Amino acid sequence: MAKTFDLVAETAEGAQELQPRQLTSGVEALRERGAVLRIANLPESVEEIATEDETMIINMGPQHPSTHGVLRLMLELDGETVLRSKPIIGYLHTGMEKTGEDLTYLQGTTNTTRMDYLAPLFNELVFALAAEKLLEVDIPERATWIRMLVTELNRISSHFTFLATNGMDLGASTMMIFGFREREALLAFFEKCSGLRMNNNYIRVGGVAADLPDGWRDDVLFLMDDLPERLIDYDTLFTGQTIWQERSQGVGVLTADEAIALGATGPMLRATGVPWDLRRTMPYMFYDQVEFDVVVGTYGDTFDRYAIRVNEIRESIKIVRQILERMPKGDYRVQDKKVTPPPRARIDESMEALIHHFKLFTEGFKVPEGEVYVPIESPRGELGCYMVSDGTAKPYRMHIRAPSFVNLQALPHLMRGGLVADAVAVISSVDPVLGEVDR
Amino acid sequence: MADEQELVHGAPVSESHGQRCVHPDRDQYLAVIGALRDEDELRMCVDVTACDYLMNPLRVLPDGVTPERFEVVVNLLSLKHQSRLRVRVQVPESDPTLPSLYELFPGTEAMEREVFDLFGIAFTGHPDLTRILMPDDWEGHPLRKDYGIGRIPVQFKEAR
Repeated sequence: MAKTFDLVAETAEGAQELQPRQLTSGVEALRERGAVLRIANLPESVEEIATEDETMIINMGPQHPSTHGVLRLMLELDGETVLRSKPIIGYLHTGMEKTGEDLTYLQGTTNTTRMDYLAPLFNELVFALAAEKLLEVDIPERATWIRMLVTELNRISSHFTFLATNGMDLGASTMMIFGFREREALLAFFEKCSGLRMNNNYIRVGGVAADLPDGWRDDVLFLMDDLPERLIDYDTLFTGQTIWQERSQGVGVLTADEAIALGATGPMLRATGVPWDLRRTMPYMFYDQVEFDVVVGTYGDTFDRYAIRVNEIRESIKIVRQILERMPKGDYRVQDKKVTPPPRARIDESMEALIHHFKLFTEGFKVPEGEVYVPIESPRGELGCYMVSDGTAKPYRMHIRAPSFVNLQALPHLMRGGLVADAVAVISSVDPVLGEVDR
Repeated sequence: MADEQELVHGAPVSESHGQRCVHPDRDQYLAVIGALRDEDELRMCVDVTACDYLMNPLRVLPDGVTPERFEVVVNLLSLKHQSRLRVRVQVPESDPTLPSLYELFPGTEAMEREVFDLFGIAFTGHPDLTRILMPDDWEGHPLRKDYGIGRIPVQFKEAR
């Protein structure tokens, strides 16, 4: 007997969904009218545009090609115009914060690197920085410069992926091919460093997993000479092109006040004209020693968010060139035997080294009691790690403040009054990574 | 330092690794955060999260703060002064509720939903307090410490 499926019941998320208007409560209705955020130029109520029997609520996603993973949007449409919308997330939730409480600090980076899978090194970095702050160890200079080098390269590769998908969503499939081509060259370098293209687990607590491979300088120099030329193609094909401009300018506008009220960070906030980049405003690692410009936009629309990322690639190339000049010699991880495993060769000749090695990989190292919040600037915005230690070898609580998770909540404001086709452009310009949203 | 405890808007302050934390009680919570936003210009609420101290009740807290099972942690940021401040408020197990920050910072909507979903702390005045990451019919709140983590059944466990 053929089994019949109740499709509505199969996909229902109950109260999480966008509800009919009469079921939305007072404050929620105020939010939809923009009363809490004080959005200008909005009609008093969606009722004025269309009554409920003229509109329909439709689903976009979770399996929609432009939702960047498994984002589900419910849209109330009046013809082609979006009146209300609500992102429904959680389809990729795998409980990584809970898992993190059961992994040692050595294993923790393996877990966090899988959150934002387009910028895995940033997740490892924020975890490592938080644990090091609790441990109060000083990282060798070379390790910090290596960390800066790989994360800046990762920022470039993440922004190229954004350019690829953003182009694809707006119908420019050349951009898709271009973006992934450039990204692949950078991933090949990560593969040389860490053995893995993605989810590298390269940055560990106490330093990095291994020193840079032989010939790394030539590889990076080749990339840094090659990429600016490629970027000129992007400008010719997209930035200065009328179709691209008309498609993205004035779409999904966010003002600075709205962005700050919503907690949006990264290119979302900078597109509104706020020069807020943690690398510059609250420097960490050695970002106060390198020269770069913070790229800001003016109109806060989809085009600005695109242009900011293109130019941030150029700034990152600038930073990488300075790192190449500054890279010192020395240790790539801290020489604290309680944190760092001994080198492989020492294990053969020293009993102590063998014991340390065994203890570190079975028990892990203990981290003093305390709690700490460490923010860094990831390609998507402020990536934070709130870590609580109870003095054992595993974090008592490990929370990642994911920039995509917060930025995504601006979607209903960005989409309001726009067209369905613009909704696709808006999702894309926020650059959400659902692995990080859902964790 | 003087014997007198430092207070910010009537709430005790502690320091952890160079980062300042304010510990208001539940009644002060909204007023303290409102004052921090308006007077100290901490205009952005970066993060709302929580921690379940069921297994670790003896943590260090400033005088006058009674440790409770849950602690809600709010991270505030001032773009103007380039400074951060953390607000840690104790929430008892018997009545896990807290006023919502939605009216002060509309961006906390999703974060409070996440805390509600994973810790079961209800935020009064929140416009849409539903689960956000877990399915709607899920039972329990996974990040609580008494919520078991899953295990993969081991085969041949009885074999010697």
